[in-house]
Amino acid sequence: MGLLSKKDAKLITDPLADNNPITIQVLGICSALAITAELKASLVMGIAVLFVLGIGNVVISLMRNIIPSKIRIIVQLIVVASLVIIVDQVLKAFAYELSKTLSVFVGLIITNCIIMGRFEAFALGNGPWKAFLDGIGNAFGYAVILLVVGFFRELLGSGTLFGIPVLGDPIEKTGLYSTGYENNGFMLMPPMALIIVGLIIWVQRSRNTTLIED
Amino acid sequence: MSTNTDTNKYTILFAIAMVVVVGSLLAFTASSLKPNIQENERMEKQQNILYAMGINENGATDIKFIGTDKVAGEFSKYISKQLLINADGSSEENTEAYLIDVKKEQAKAKNGGTRLLPLFVGQKEGESFYIVPIRGKGLWDAIWGYVALNEDMVVQGAFFDHAAETPGLGANIKQRYFMDDFVGEKLLSDNGDFKGITVAKGNNDPKNLIKDDYEVDALAGATITGDGVSAMIKSDLKLYLPYFKNLKNQLN
Repeated sequence: MGLLSKKDAKLITDPLADNNPITIQVLGICSALAITAELKASLVMGIAVLFVLGIGNVVISLMRNIIPSKIRIIVQLIVVASLVIIVDQVLKAFAYELSKTLSVFVGLIITNCIIMGRFEAFALGNGPWKAFLDGIGNAFGYAVILLVVGFFRELLGSGTLFGIPVLGDPIEKTGLYSTGYENNGFMLMPPMALIIVGLIIWVQRSRNTTLIED
Repeated sequence: MSTNTDTNKYTILFAIAMVVVVGSLLAFTASSLKPNIQENERMEKQQNILYAMGINENGATDIKFIGTDKVAGEFSKYISKQLLINADGSSEENTEAYLIDVKKEQAKAKNGGTRLLPLFVGQKEGESFYIVPIRGKGLWDAIWGYVALNEDMVVQGAFFDHAAETPGLGANIKQRYFMDDFVGEKLLSDNGDFKGITVAKGNNDPKNLIKDDYEVDALAGATITGDGVSAMIKSDLKLYLPYFKNLKNQLN
């Protein structure tokens, strides 16, 4: 790590595990429930958040000394909303097919509490480079959990991964389905995402007991 | 920074400046990109209409429209007539019917006005396709589609799209396996009454082999979106019934 000092590197690695935005900070739960029914949507959302949080954190960090504290939340909201809308418009004009896939996520990104949470907790008090690393780190931490949840929900709920059948054909009864196995349709419902996130939190805290609060 | 950012005066000035800057930035982006976006939307409509009548570049399970470079040519090649349907089933030609905004027309009908009903007649390999645009409500936002019918109102192809349905659940109305289920389904009963097609749960026909049950298999976790699809098929396609009755009489 020649590029990053130890402290800077920690900004990226911490949110991946010990300070994960979803399992430790409990931010961004709503979108984690909404879009993890399949892996592809989880991946797209992860990338979109990476993009917005990286840039947004830098913008807020650059403005941190001139933002009046009384209206800082509104200012943060305006920054993230206009950022997302501009990206959406540019994609609609020059990459229409891509924008069709992403437009569903636009509303979810603006209201994602991870973004506001990181603006408020980190970008307002740190320089742009650190804020950028923090944004990237948290977005990765978010994406990792999304992918884990998406993996289990899609595999157990539809028997596919990235839309490709991996357990055989449920209608023709081939592969695993010939033994009487059935897809669990309940996995596709949002509550199951909450249960899987709960299980991840349980596993994580039992492996690292310092995370348990009294 | 020496400025005190906590005073009311500074806060108000900052808010005003922010609104002006962000407002003009967004307005500038929107107006400078508008022509490109409109052109994209126009081509998308043509692609959707052609898709419904089977003019596409689909692989085994994916959805691929005809390329944007040749869509205008293919559209004028395959779509022989664009019509506006009157309430009594008569029709007149209108070469820009595909640009009609179904949403606005539905609002007109709601306010007591007359709704323009566009219909596109396509010719492919000697067969005629009658393609109808439909629009309705999903769980979060609008859903819409194009349904290609033959003279007997039997579905020949369907395309659905949505503004903001949940990815992985309601958004799957845009998947091949859902759209393809509609092919071969009838809209009319044997004595010519309009029955529509219902997106039904537990119809014991997951492969959709039974084509005269007026039902297709629903998507797991997408009940409200599926009901929206059933509703828009029933309400919008029904309006075209007089046209198809006339058509049938002319052909016989």
